[in-house]
Amino acid sequence: MKSKAPIYFLLFAMTALFLGMFFGMTASFQYLMPEFLKENIPFSKLRPFHVTSVISWIVLCATGSIYFFLTYVEKFKLFSPLLVKIHFIIFLLTGVAIYFSFAFDYTEGREYFAFAPVLMVPILIGWVLFGINYFKTIYKNVKGWPVYYWMWGTGIVFMCYHLMEAHFWLFDFFRLNFIKDFSVQWKSTGSFTGSWNMLVYGISIYLMSKIKKDSNVATNKVAFFFYFLGLTNLMFGWAHHTYLLPTQPWIRYVAYGISMTEWIVLTSIIYNWKRSVLKVEKENHPMAYRFLLATDLWIFINIILALLFSIPAINFFTHGTHITVAHSMGTTIGINTTILFSALFFIVHQLYPNFETDRKWVKRGFVSFTISLFIFFVSLIIAGAKRSYWMYVSKDGSFSEMQDALIPYYISFFIFGIAIFVSLSIVAFPLFKAFLQKIKP
Amino acid sequence: MSNNSRPYLFVIAILLALFGFYNYVVYNTDGYVAVEKLSPAAVNGQQLFQSNRCWSCHQLYGSGGYLGPDLTNIYSAEGKGPNYIKAFLNSGVKSMPQFNFSEEEKDALVEYLKRVDETGIYPNYDAEIEATGWVKIKYKNEK
Ligand code: HEC
Ligand code: HEM
Repeated sequence: MKSKAPIYFLLFAMTALFLGMFFGMTASFQYLMPEFLKENIPFSKLRPFHVTSVISWIVLCATGSIYFFLTYVEKFKLFSPLLVKIHFIIFLLTGVAIYFSFAFDYTEGREYFAFAPVLMVPILIGWVLFGINYFKTIYKNVKGWPVYYWMWGTGIVFMCYHLMEAHFWLFDFFRLNFIKDFSVQWKSTGSFTGSWNMLVYGISIYLMSKIKKDSNVATNKVAFFFYFLGLTNLMFGWAHHTYLLPTQPWIRYVAYGISMTEWIVLTSIIYNWKRSVLKVEKENHPMAYRFLLATDLWIFINIILALLFSIPAINFFTHGTHITVAHSMGTTIGINTTILFSALFFIVHQLYPNFETDRKWVKRGFVSFTISLFIFFVSLIIAGAKRSYWMYVSKDGSFSEMQDALIPYYISFFIFGIAIFVSLSIVAFPLFKAFLQKIKP
Repeated sequence: MSNNSRPYLFVIAILLALFGFYNYVVYNTDGYVAVEKLSPAAVNGQQLFQSNRCWSCHQLYGSGGYLGPDLTNIYSAEGKGPNYIKAFLNSGVKSMPQFNFSEEEKDALVEYLKRVDETGIYPNYDAEIEATGWVKIKYKNEK
């Protein structure tokens, strides 16, 4: 009997996604009706619920998928199946505690980690348990690691570090120096994102190598080159979040230099266009394949946007507007979520070889998801560009006049947000049911 | 494919060493403009700013949530300042909830925003955009 813990992680992750999207929808509604419910559930209550839930979706689904690949696909004997269970229980209880702390305003933390800081302790313990289990298992079973094993290991280690770094503000050494403190805060959140990207991108390479049945994708020198490039950016690229902060200029110079290395990624995507995912075998994994195709498209769109506003002269105008939100949701939904859905479809196929993934409604959901996300993304870009115009060019009118003028774009943001929510729910529903079936006693 | 992981471990070791050194320097580098450390009242104000999640609607240096305006220089902005800030806390305009802060708490929040204001300028209208794509920001108290 294989452990069911990985499936529990996946169900937990999908629940977090569902709730997270729901909170996102209610939050965006307040852009349209600012006074609505503001005394009881203001935007500031909903935003942490949204952001923490959807980030948990990414992290939990990645964790569950990795556990699944190790035990069900690679068929390794885990160093300790018990630790996986403990890991799950710790995360589940912490998740509940986080919701309580949001609901009852125990929110002493900062953006992305707004909950009471003590809750970081169990989260860290969970990551350490994951790390122990992961490294012990891989070390024993694999010689000559393909790149995804390196990426997952890196993701786990850096996750632990940056989760701690995000709480350095608890020490006066940081806290009393506002600029230093603020830049370390954004350093840590930037690299925190880099850490989960290591997990998720590792999953995408794993999927490609398995779907194509071609292990070379994950062992060739180019794959390793991009892994090291990603790691360098994770470590040193964060300061493009703080170009306008009066830090020492060298910190920003370094970030500018490092960020520009990502042009190599863009060039390689264009150069390899035909050779990449497009050749993936479609027959066995139609939906996993389609989601990876969507990933390709969104990587392309997002990397152009990110490269442009990593140039300080452009960042100057886009920073502090919804263009940043377009980037964060464009990448977390367009790239991370599509890869993870691809993984979910791959996993369901492993559990039920006869599971028909590309049902009519699932395909429709996928198409409407892709289109909605595009309009959602464009609405945010336009709203951001208009705010930037107000900030730097026209400079007239009050903040609230500017916000009122943006209402049409916020309406479109809200409506296509609902569309994303509905489409993804339709796609996820049969998967959720299938996973639920597996854990029935 | 060879099973030799040694070159990869070597690259990682070098990167980690650089990372360690870099972190050490970053953690020990103060902002470009010398300012006093946050006073106990300002730290208190910062805690209120966090507990009440002002950051989820407001930005400092352009980072935060986007439903409300940026507050970096609200303390010194023309026609704004301490009383203006307190008035907003009392009334709650548009989506901003009404807060029931004590006088002391309001002072602490103002003190915090004052300290933030001293560190720099945002939006930085006098920044110089250079042909290399670099932006030379104008620092507080710089002529
Ligand atoms: C739910 C969102 C929300 C929260 C939470 C919130 N605000 Fe606001 N705040 C706003 C909005 C929106 C405005 C702009 C109102 C207008 O001018 O239309 C505003 C305006 C202000 C202003 C005046 C800004 C200016 O430039 O005129 C100050 C000062 C302010 N808020 C301080 C705070 C502080 C301090 C907190 C935390 C205790 C806080 N706000 C929490 C939404 C919020
Ligand atoms: C897979 C689904 C989603 C993911 C992964 C996701 C992720 C995120 C992230 C990371 C942020 C933080 C942005 C930042 O700090 O720059 C954010 C903000 C936000 N999201 Fe989402 N999101 C998702 C779906 C949605 C949906 C369906 C809506 C509904 C319209 C929505 C509405 C919002 C709103 C209103 C904000 C706050 C923007 C602000 O501060 O003004 N999100 N989301």
